[in-house]
Amino acid sequence: MTNQTFRILDCALIPIATGEKAQNLREFRDLLKKIHSGSIYYHFWGGLLHPHFDDPEFQNDFAVWASRDLHDPKLAEQLSIIDPNIYKNVEDLRNEVVEIIEERLSESDHVPWVKAGHEFDFIRSQIVIFDTGISYSDPEELIVSIPGMSLGSIFFHFIDARRRTQESKNDFSVWLKGFGDRYSGLVEDLDAIDPYFTTLNELRQEIHRVYSNSLKKASNGKSA
Amino acid sequence: MENLLEQYAQIVGNEVTDHIRQLANPLKGARILHVNSTKEGGGVAEILNRLVPLKRELGINADWEVITGEKEFYQCTKKMHNSLQGDRDDISSELLAIYEKTNLENFERLKDKLEEADIVFIHDPQPAAFLHYCTGRKGKWVWRCHIDVSHPYRPVWKYLREYIKGYDASIWSLSSFAQPLTHPLYLIPPSIDPLSDKNIELPENVVSEFLDSWGIKKDCPVITQVSRFDRFKDPIGVIRSYRLIKNYVPVQLVLAGGGATDDPEGSQVLQEVKAFAGNDPDVHILELPSDAHRAINALQRGSDIIIQKSLKEGFGLTVTEGLWKGKPVIGGDVGGIKLQVLNHYNGFRVNTPEGAAMRIRYLLKHRELMEAMGRNARQLVLDNYLITRHLREYLTLVVALLLGSEEKIELNYPAH
Repeated sequence: MTNQTFRILDCALIPIATGEKAQNLREFRDLLKKIHSGSIYYHFWGGLLHPHFDDPEFQNDFAVWASRDLHDPKLAEQLSIIDPNIYKNVEDLRNEVVEIIEERLSESDHVPWVKAGHEFDFIRSQIVIFDTGISYSDPEELIVSIPGMSLGSIFFHFIDARRRTQESKNDFSVWLKGFGDRYSGLVEDLDAIDPYFTTLNELRQEIHRVYSNSLKKASNGKSA
Repeated sequence: MENLLEQYAQIVGNEVTDHIRQLANPLKGARILHVNSTKEGGGVAEILNRLVPLKRELGINADWEVITGEKEFYQCTKKMHNSLQGDRDDISSELLAIYEKTNLENFERLKDKLEEADIVFIHDPQPAAFLHYCTGRKGKWVWRCHIDVSHPYRPVWKYLREYIKGYDASIWSLSSFAQPLTHPLYLIPPSIDPLSDKNIELPENVVSEFLDSWGIKKDCPVITQVSRFDRFKDPIGVIRSYRLIKNYVPVQLVLAGGGATDDPEGSQVLQEVKAFAGNDPDVHILELPSDAHRAINALQRGSDIIIQKSLKEGFGLTVTEGLWKGKPVIGGDVGGIKLQVLNHYNGFRVNTPEGAAMRIRYLLKHRELMEAMGRNARQLVLDNYLITRHLREYLTLVVALLLGSEEKIELNYPAH
C-alpha cells in the first residue's frame, strides 16, 4: 500500500491447536507465561472471525473460560475488561493477563480446577491475506466501499493493522495521514473508535458513520 | 448451466467464493488425493462427495480413493474408533495384524497415486498406516481425524500415534480433540452442503408425502433423531426421554438410521432399539439406506424438534443439518454439539434422558421461542458450517503446507 493508494485486502484466520491445555488456574498461569505470542493474540481477537453465538457475554476466550468452566465470575470480569488496544505489544498484554491470574491465585486458599473435558485449550492461528483487487486513491471514494467490505477486510485493516503498523494504528488512518493535514479530523475520529466490545459488523457500521460524518463536516468548511 | 461455485455464491455471497478462487490459484494442477473407508454413509463420505468435485472445478487435480477390507478389518477399525472415543477395549494382536495387512494391500493397490500426489489427505484411522508403507512419497501428508479423541483409551492411541506422528500435519474438528503431536494441529470443523439432496430446500408437499409414507401424523409434534444405530448415539436414552414426555404432551418419536458399510455393530444395536421400543405406534424406527438423502431431508424438515442425544460425538453433522433447517436442537453436551448448540439460543444441551424430556416439553409449550431459535439456528450454520468455509480452510492448509508459511500467507493477486 503506498501513501496514495488504499488497496483493500481481506483475510481469514485458520486456527492451530498448540496441544497445551490447562486444567487449573495455576497451570493456566504457567502456560500463559510461555505460550506462543500468536496464541495470546488469537484468544483476544480471533473470536471476531470465528464461530460464535451472538452477543458474547465476555470479550476474550480467557474470560469466557473463567466464567463458563472455572465458575469464577470475579476473575471473568477482571479478564474481560482488559483492553488489548492499550498495550504496546503482545508481551505487555500477556504480562497483564498473568498479573491478574497471579492476583487471583494469591486471594484463593485453593487452586480452582475444571472438570475433565473443560480444560482451556491454547490455540494460535495462521492468517491468510487475500487481495480483493479493489483499490482507491481518493479518500472520498473509499467511503462508498465501506458498507460492502467483508468482515475479514474490516478485521485486517482495523484490527490486525495494529500489530503491523508502526504506531499500532488502523490502516485507514495510516493511509489518510499520507495526505498531510487534509484529513486530520477524520484520522482523529477513526483513531478514537474502540474496536473492542463489539462485533465486526458493528465495527463496520461505526467506521462508515465516523467516516461519513467527518467528510460531511469537511464539506461544510471544517477540516475532515 | 451455472458451475458449482456460482450456485454456492447465491447462498453464501460472492466474497466467500472469491476467497476460494484466490486460494485455489496457486494450487491449479496440484494433485490432491483423499483416502477414506467408505464411499457412502457417514459424514466423511458426504463431505468428500462434494469437496472433490469442487476442487476439480477450481482446477485442482483432486481424486478420492476408498480403502477396502474383509469383515475382520472393519471389526478392528470399529474397535479402534470406539477406543479412541474412550471405550476401554483392547484390540487383539490378530486383529491388529489384519489392520496392518489390509493397509499394506490397499497401499500397494494405490501406491502410484499415493507416491505421486502433492497432498494426501488420509481420513480417520482406517487407512492411517499407509504412510508407514510409503517410502517414496513426493508430497505432504495430512491425517484428518473426524472423531472425538479427547479421552482416548491410551494403548490404542499409542498404537495409532506411531503411524500418525510422521504426517506433516493433522486436522481435528475441535481443539479439545487434538492430541499432542510435533506437527501442526489444524482445527477445522466439518460442514454440510446446502446444495446436496440432504440439505436443499424441499417443497412442502414433498415433505408431507414422505411423512405420510412412514405413517407419521401431521397433527402431532414430531421429535426426530437421525443417526446410525450406535450406542454412543444413545437411541435407548432417546426412547426413555420420549416416554417421559408422552405422559404430558402428545408426541411422536422418529429414530432414523442409515447404514454405513464400515459399521458392523449397527444391526445389533438396531435390534436392541426395536425391542426396547416395543409396539408403540408413535415410535417410528426407520431403517433408511445410506443414500436416502432426500428422505432424511424431508424428515428433518417435517420435524418440530431435532434431537441428537449423543454420549460421545465427533462434530455432530446431523445437528448441523437440523439447525440448517431452522429447527431447535436438543443435543448431548459432548463433542462438537457444544460448539453448535447454546442453551436458549438455538436449542438446549442435555446430559440425561430426563434433561432432554424437560427441554422438549418446555419447547413444545413455547412455540414462539422455537421459531426464534430456528432462525438463530439457520444463521449460525450459514455463517460457520457450510462446505464453502470448509473448502476455504482446506485450501488454506494446503497453501500453507506447500508454501511452507508459518504465520502469514499472502495471496497477492485479484480474485478473477
